[in-house]
Amino acid sequence: MDQTSTLEKVLRRVAISLVILFFMFPIFWIVLMSFQTNETILRVPPSVIFEPTLSNYVALVTGKLETQAGTLEINFMSNLWNSLFLSAGSVAVGLILGIPAAYAFGRIKFRGSEDIAFTLLSFRFAPPLLVLLPLTIYFQKIGLADTYFGLIWVYQLIVLPLILWIVRGYFEDIPADIEYAYRIAGHSWFSTFRTVALPLAMPGIAAAGLLAFIFAWNNFIFALVLASADKQPVTVGALAFVTASGIQYGQVAAGIVLSILPTLALALYAQRYLVEGLSLGAVKG
Amino acid sequence: MSDAAVPAKRKGFRISPGALPYVLSLPALLVCIGILVPFFTAVAYSLQRYRLSQPWARRWNWGENYWNFLSDSSFWNTLKVSLTYAILTVGLELVLGLCIALLLQKRTRFNNFVSIMLLMPLMTAPALASLMWKLMTNPGFGILSYFASLIGFEDFRWASDPSTAMLTVVLVDMWVYTPFIMILLLAGLRSLPKQPFEAAALDGVPRLFVFWRITLPMLTPYLLTATLFRVIESVQQFDIIYAMTQGGPGDKLTVFQVEAYLNFFQSTNVGRSAALLMILWVITYVLSMIFIKQWLKLRERQRGEI
Repeated sequence: MDQTSTLEKVLRRVAISLVILFFMFPIFWIVLMSFQTNETILRVPPSVIFEPTLSNYVALVTGKLETQAGTLEINFMSNLWNSLFLSAGSVAVGLILGIPAAYAFGRIKFRGSEDIAFTLLSFRFAPPLLVLLPLTIYFQKIGLADTYFGLIWVYQLIVLPLILWIVRGYFEDIPADIEYAYRIAGHSWFSTFRTVALPLAMPGIAAAGLLAFIFAWNNFIFALVLASADKQPVTVGALAFVTASGIQYGQVAAGIVLSILPTLALALYAQRYLVEGLSLGAVKG
Repeated sequence: MSDAAVPAKRKGFRISPGALPYVLSLPALLVCIGILVPFFTAVAYSLQRYRLSQPWARRWNWGENYWNFLSDSSFWNTLKVSLTYAILTVGLELVLGLCIALLLQKRTRFNNFVSIMLLMPLMTAPALASLMWKLMTNPGFGILSYFASLIGFEDFRWASDPSTAMLTVVLVDMWVYTPFIMILLLAGLRSLPKQPFEAAALDGVPRLFVFWRITLPMLTPYLLTATLFRVIESVQQFDIIYAMTQGGPGDKLTVFQVEAYLNFFQSTNVGRSAALLMILWVITYVLSMIFIKQWLKLRERQRGEI
C-alpha cells in the first residue's frame, strides 16, 4: 500500500470526514441545542452562534419547567434514577446467576450442557414482545405488575445470555491444568473456583457486566410494556417528555444528552471489550 | 488460605461432582423458565379468539388466526414492511460498514480514534436516537429540514410523509447500527493473515483484484456473522420505529412488533397479536439457528489462531 497517490489520499480524507460528519453531527447538534432556549433554536436560518445557557439543565434537575402556561412539574430525574437502579440491579442479579452457570457450562462439561446453553442463547434472539404481552397479564395476577422486582426479572432476558456467553468463553480459555493442579493440592472445587478461576476470568466478567449495563440502560420495549410512569427509565420517559405539549425543545435536547451520557461514557471507558461482547465473543477485538 | 480451613469446609458442605454443574446452573435456569411459561401462553393465545374488550367471547379457534392472515391485506403489509426494512437497513449498513472498515484498516492512532468515536451512536439507546433525529427533522426548526430546503426540497416532511417515512427510519437505523458492522469487519480485516497481501503486492496485482479475490473471500465468515446477527435484530426492530412514528403515517411502518403492540394495546386483539409474534418468532428462530452455526465456526477459527 505504499504506492498511494496524492489523489487517493485526498479522496480518503474526504471520505473519512464525511463518515465522521454523518455519525458525529447528530450528537454535536443535540448537545448544542441543549444549551439554547427556544428563541435561538427556532431561528431561521439556524446558526451555531448563540449565548449558551444552562437553564435547560437547571430545569431538569430541579424538576420545574417554565412554560407560557405556567410552571410544569416534571420528574425526569426520577427517570434517570430508575434507569440507574434497573440497570445496576439487573446486572447484579445477572452476575450472581450467570457466573456460576457460565462456570458450569464452560469448565465442567456435562450432559445436556450445550443444549441448555444454546436454549439460553436463543432467548437473545427471540422477539421480546412474544414474552412481554402474556407477562403483562401474568404480572397483574401475581402482583408483580409495575414493580422493580418484576422489571429486573424480565431484564434478565437481555442481561443473562450476554453474561453467560461472554464469561463462559473466558472460563473455557483458562487452562484446565491450573485448576487441576490446585485441586490435587487438596482444595475443594469452591476454593478453586474462588481463588483460581474467578480472578482469571475477571476481565471477562467486567466486560460482560459493563456491556450488560449498557444494554439494560438502552432497553426500551420492556419498560414501555411493563412499567408505569413512576418506574419508567429514561428511554421511555424521554418519549413521554417529547409528546408533552408546551415543552421547550432545548429541555428535550438536554434530557436526551443526560440520558445518553452514562452509556457513552461507559462505552468509551470499556471500548476494548466492546467488539468481543457485541458479537457474543465471535470476534476478538 | 490455611490448610486447616480447607478440610473443614469440605466436610461441612459437599455436593457430589456429578450434580455440581446442575446445581451451579439451576438458578439461572429457573429464572429463564419463568420466562418460558409466558412463551407457551403466547402460543396458546395465538390459537384462541381472544379480545381483551370481549373476554366473554374467548374460545379456542385453533388455526383461525393464522388462516385469516392469508386473506388479510394488513398482514401482508406487515410482512412486506418488515422485510423491506430488514433488507434495506442491513444491505446499506453492510456496504457502508465495509467501506468504513476498509478506510480505517491501517492501525494508526487516528484510525483507532475514529473507530472509537463511531462507537458512540451504537451505544446510544435506539429509542433516544430516534428522538434526536426527530428533533433534527422537525419541520419548524429541524436542521435536516433546513438542509433539505437548501438543496431544493422545500417542505421535506421526513417521517411524517408516507413516501419518505421509511427512508427516515432506515437512516436512523443506519446511524445507530452501521458502527456495529464496521467494528466487526474491522476486527476481521485486521486479523487476516498478511502473507497473501504481501505476495500480491510483490507481484503487482491490481488493488481492485486483490479486494475481490483475496480480501472479500477471506472476510466472508465475518460478513456472514454480521449480516445474520443484524437481520435477526432488524426484522424485529421496534424501538426506532415506535419512537419515531408509532408505525405511521397510516400503516407505512407497521413492522411485526409494532403491529403486534398496536393490536394488543389499541385494538386489544390478543389472538391476532400473538399469532403475528409467533410468525416473527419462526422467522427469527430459523435465522438464529443458522447464525449460531456460523458463529460457532468463526469462534473455532479464532480460537485455532490464538
